[in-house]
Amino acid sequence: MPVNAKFDLKPGAATREAFGKALVELGHANKDVVVCDADLSKSTYTSYFGKEFPDRFFECGIAEANMVAIGGGLAASGKIPFVSSFSVFLLNKGFEQIRVTSAFPHTNLKLVGTHSGISIGEDGPSQMSIEDISLACSLGGMTVISPADEFSMKALVHAAAAMFGPVFIRAGRAKAAIIYTADQKFEIGKGIELVKGSDVTLIGTGLLVAESIRAAETLESEGISARVIDIHTIKPLDRDIIAKAARETGAIVVSEEHLVDSGLGVRVAQAAAESTPCVMEFIGIQNTYAESGPPEALLKKYGLVAENVAAAARRAITRKKAG
Amino acid sequence: MTKTTDVAKLEQIAKETRRRILQMITAAGSGHPGGSLSAVEILVTLYFDVMRHDPANPKWPERDRFVLSKGHACPVLYTVMAECGYTPIDQLNTLRKMGSMYQGHPDVRYIPSLEASTGSLGQGLSLIIGMGLAARLDKSPSRAFVVLGDGEIQEGQVWESAMFAPFHKLDNIVAIVDYNKIQLDGFVKDILDLEPVVDKWKSFGWNVLNIDGHSIPALQKAFADAEATKGKPTVIIAQTVKGKGVSFMENNPKFHGVAPTAEELEKALKELA
Repeated sequence: MPVNAKFDLKPGAATREAFGKALVELGHANKDVVVCDADLSKSTYTSYFGKEFPDRFFECGIAEANMVAIGGGLAASGKIPFVSSFSVFLLNKGFEQIRVTSAFPHTNLKLVGTHSGISIGEDGPSQMSIEDISLACSLGGMTVISPADEFSMKALVHAAAAMFGPVFIRAGRAKAAIIYTADQKFEIGKGIELVKGSDVTLIGTGLLVAESIRAAETLESEGISARVIDIHTIKPLDRDIIAKAARETGAIVVSEEHLVDSGLGVRVAQAAAESTPCVMEFIGIQNTYAESGPPEALLKKYGLVAENVAAAARRAITRKKAG
Repeated sequence: MTKTTDVAKLEQIAKETRRRILQMITAAGSGHPGGSLSAVEILVTLYFDVMRHDPANPKWPERDRFVLSKGHACPVLYTVMAECGYTPIDQLNTLRKMGSMYQGHPDVRYIPSLEASTGSLGQGLSLIIGMGLAARLDKSPSRAFVVLGDGEIQEGQVWESAMFAPFHKLDNIVAIVDYNKIQLDGFVKDILDLEPVVDKWKSFGWNVLNIDGHSIPALQKAFADAEATKGKPTVIIAQTVKGKGVSFMENNPKFHGVAPTAEELEKALKELA
C-alpha cells in the first residue's frame, strides 16, 4: 500500500485540546483525578475539566512552584493530580518541585506542558518550550510522552492515569495532522511503526511524525523505501524498535520540535549505539531560539518540515552507501 | 505508643529525644544538631499529644499528616517516629550510613511511613496544602502539619503557598515556623531579616500565634487554638533557641551543621541527664 493511501494527514485538533477533553473523560471515570492550573486554563484546556468538576479543579494562580508541590501533596494523599501549564513555565519554573515532590520520591504526579515547540507562533521564544524533553528526561524514573495527534494524546492521557508514577506529557498549541484513528491502541514505552520501509528509518515525535510521513511519501516517489516510526514515549524509550530499525535499514533520521542537541535524537543515538550503530541524521532546532511568526513559516524557517526530513534521509542513505 | 497530655511526661520524652538526637548525630559524624534540638518540643507535642495517628496503621487514610519541610532536622523526626514505634529505635545510630533507613534527609523510599521526602527548602507548606485539599475533597477529618525553618521562609515558594492557603480558607493545615534565629551562614537577622514576621503572615490572612516554642503548655494551647479556628489556616511562630538544651550549643551558629565530638557528646549528655 502506498504511503499516501494510509494517511490523509488533514488538520485535526491541537493535542492540548485533546488533552483537555481526555481529562473530562478521566474525571467521570475516576473521582480521584484532580487538576491544577496556573492561570492558563483557557489555553491548556484544563478549563473543560474545571467547568465539569469545579471541586476537583484547583486554580493556583501564577505560582508554578507552589502548584507543582501542591500536586505532590495531592498525590501523597492518594489523588491522581494532573498539573498543567505552558510547558516552558511548568518545567522551567517548576523543575525543582517536580524533582523533589515527584521524581525523587516517585509520586503519582502527572504533568502536562502545553505550547511546546516553536509552532506556538506569534507569542515568540519566551513562551516556546524547546528544552522540555531534555529537562523531563533528565529526571530519574520519569515517564515522558510526546503524542503526535489528538487520538494518540487522548489514549496516552488515559494510559498515564492508569499507570503509577510521575509522567510528563508534551502538548502543542497548533492543530495537529491526524495520523491515527480512534481505535488505535497505544502502549506507553512502545513505538509504532507507521510505514514499512527498508532503505532508511524516519523517527519522529509530536508534529514531526506527520512531517516524517510526508517525507516518506516524497522519498517513495523517488524510489526510496522509508520506514516511519512514531516515538510517542521518549522515556522509557522503545529500544527494540530502534535496534530493529538500525539493523534492518542501516540509516536513521530523528526529527523533533526541540533543541537538537538534547532531545529525542540523542536518546535514539544512544540506543542505536548500544545495539546496532548506524548512520544517523538529526532534525531539530539548532542551538538557538526562534522568533515570532506564523507557525508554518517558523517550522519552515527553522528546518522542521518534510522537505528537511527528506533531505536528511537522502544524506543518510548517501553516507550509508559510502560505508 | 501511648499518647498523653501530661506536660511532665512530654517533657521527659523531649529530654530523651534530645539525648538520642545527639547520640545519633555523633555516631554519624555529620548532621544538623542545632535545628533538630530547637524543634524537639514542637514534634514531641505533635506526635505524642496532638496528632491523630496510628504507628500500627501508618497508611490509615484519616490520619493527620506531618511534613518536616526543614528536612535537615530529620534526627528529631526520626527519633520521635522511632519512639512512637514507626521505625526501629535501635537503629537510630545508623543515621547517614549506607543502607540505613535513616537517610541524611527524609526519604519516603526508605521510610514509607514518612509523608514526604524533603531536603530542598521551601516545599513543605505547598505539600501540606495538597494534603489539606485532598482531605477536604474526601470530607476527611485529617489535618496536616508542617515545620518550616526560619531561614527557610526566605524561599519565594513559601510566600506563594502562604498566599494560597488563606484564599482557599484551608483551616485543616497548620504551619509551625521554628524561629531559632540562626541559619547556616549566621544569624537570620544579619543574612536576610524576617521581621516583622508576625505581621507578614497576618497580612497574608493567617491566624498567627506567636509563642514560646519550648513551652509544651504553650504549644498545646496553640494547637488547640489552631483546631478551633475555622475559615483560615494557622501559623505558629515558635520562638525557639538553636541547640536548645545544651549550654555550649545554644545560640551557637557552629552547631547548625556540625556534629558534636565524643567529648562534646559526653558533656551534653551530662547536661541532659
